Amino acid sequence: MEETKDRRPEVEVRRGGRRSGERVSSKRRVRPQTLPYLLVLPALLFELLVHLFPMLVGVGVSFLELTQFYVRNWSAAPFVGLRNYLDGLDPSGPIGSALAQSFLITVAYTVLVVGGSWVLGICAALLVNSEFRARRWFRTLFLIPYALPVYVAVIAWSFMLQRNTGAINTLLVDNLHLLHERPFWLIGNNAFWSVVMTSLWRSWPFAFLMVLAGLQTIPTELYEAASIDGASRWRQFRTITLPLLRPVNLVLLLVLFLWTFNEFNAPYVLFGQAPPGAADLLSLHIYVNSFVDWNFGLGASMSVLLLLFLLVVSVIYIRVLRVGGEENA
Amino acid sequence: MHEKRAFNALRIIGLIFFTLITLFPLYTIVTSSIKPLADVRSTFRWTPSRITLAPYTDIWSTIPLARYFLNSLIISLGATVISVFIAILAAYAISRYRFFGRGAFSLTVLSTQMFPGILFLLPLFVIYVNLERVVGIQLYGSYAGLIITYLTFALPFSIWMLVGYFNSIPKEMEEAAMVDGTTALGALFRVLVPVSMPGIVAVGIFAFMTAWGEVLFASVLTDDATRTLAVGLRNYATQSNVYWNQLMAAAIVVSIPVVAGFLALQRYLVQGIAAGGVKG
Repeated sequence: MEETKDRRPEVEVRRGGRRSGERVSSKRRVRPQTLPYLLVLPALLFELLVHLFPMLVGVGVSFLELTQFYVRNWSAAPFVGLRNYLDGLDPSGPIGSALAQSFLITVAYTVLVVGGSWVLGICAALLVNSEFRARRWFRTLFLIPYALPVYVAVIAWSFMLQRNTGAINTLLVDNLHLLHERPFWLIGNNAFWSVVMTSLWRSWPFAFLMVLAGLQTIPTELYEAASIDGASRWRQFRTITLPLLRPVNLVLLLVLFLWTFNEFNAPYVLFGQAPPGAADLLSLHIYVNSFVDWNFGLGASMSVLLLLFLLVVSVIYIRVLRVGGEENA
Repeated sequence: MHEKRAFNALRIIGLIFFTLITLFPLYTIVTSSIKPLADVRSTFRWTPSRITLAPYTDIWSTIPLARYFLNSLIISLGATVISVFIAILAAYAISRYRFFGRGAFSLTVLSTQMFPGILFLLPLFVIYVNLERVVGIQLYGSYAGLIITYLTFALPFSIWMLVGYFNSIPKEMEEAAMVDGTTALGALFRVLVPVSMPGIVAVGIFAFMTAWGEVLFASVLTDDATRTLAVGLRNYATQSNVYWNQLMAAAIVVSIPVVAGFLALQRYLVQGIAAGGVKG
């Protein structure tokens, strides 16, 4: 700083005062050009260290036969080219068919959780957004599941889903008499619905929060004008609310999709390292392949496939719907 | 008028529905935490047979909860403070300067949000172990390792939200300060940061919650001494013989810091998203 201050009068003297104002301002424009790089540098360094560099290493590992025999000595792991990928993509082999099944389960799970969260979030946000006295209490209450640490929410559900001592079976069997037998929720096919329910309970308040924030940016005059013109509430929702929420909804759905598809916490805390086949979500499937079966090369290749899938879906989504395009600005 | 009454009825039904689904698990956690052990060992009952606070005192000796708590606090606070500071700097650059690589930087940082954590978990572990061997900085099993990891988790969202927030604040205020001889950084911290407090607080809460609740990386990157609440409680919950009443008491104790902070500042969070993120 001191240096430039000292130098500036000298520059102005040399330029002889003519257009000096312009010189100073262009001098200023040069200096800040290094400043923005310095400002983003820490963020960039940390992202490189924790995300990008390890990711490249992970891509490299996906071409190695890095099994338990080579864990201690990575450099000795043989290069196997695309074999890990071919194993993962071959639906007739045991590895490929398990991966394909895990993929389909994850797709179904994502559709249910993202769709459910979005619908519930919009409904609750609309209910709370109109004027009434207790609205702040409801807003607070609905945000609690999102405020809880993930593992707390999942541990609570795993207690509720216990066959003999859990609240769910008491409610369904003893109180409501909807079922005669006490079903198992954490093993067998029901495990899928358990993990969907747990995730949905935790993630809809996030959609609620985002939509609520979006609703607050819509000027109330629009609704006043519409109701003077005699538009019904449903019509107001369709012609004012939905179009103006479009930017929020586009980002919200993408973020929910990415988070849900990568979801690890819910199945891991519910089922541990041996998830039932019906709830074998991709992240946990890869985790088990890497850290339980000690086949890091295979796990890494599956991760790369997952990343490519997410990348393709996101790019198509952003292109087709023009997320962040001029029309949203 | 008819429509208005129908809407009110619909609203009441809707609010009851959402209240019930939200309260059901919360009610289970709270009531189970004040039940004697016999109650949680038999068929679930909606009310405790007698109310006891013993689970809240016993859990501290059943598992080393105090140790986990302290570890989580140090790691989460460290990650929050550093990530908010770094995010403010980066967001300021993106919001106020047009520089070469600006778009590429934003895209890179945002796209890290998309990476499956599992893809860089193992390489990260190896990098940390090797950094220790080569440079002598202990990252695996240390607070620093997890702090560095967690601060990057919060960065993309924090930067994205703060850029939106800074964009909504007119440049004239800082320019006035800079005319008075303040440097760009001085203008940032003396003018822009105080005005942006709601957005910064919201970002801070988000960063803290992210770190406090993370399970996957903590399970691999910590050792017995630095075990966080997330790993400690999960490990206990998946044992075969669980004192569920004590575990529910622990669940409440560990939730209080984040839930209280979140609820006290929720208005800032809604404002922050409305002003920043939503406009994207």
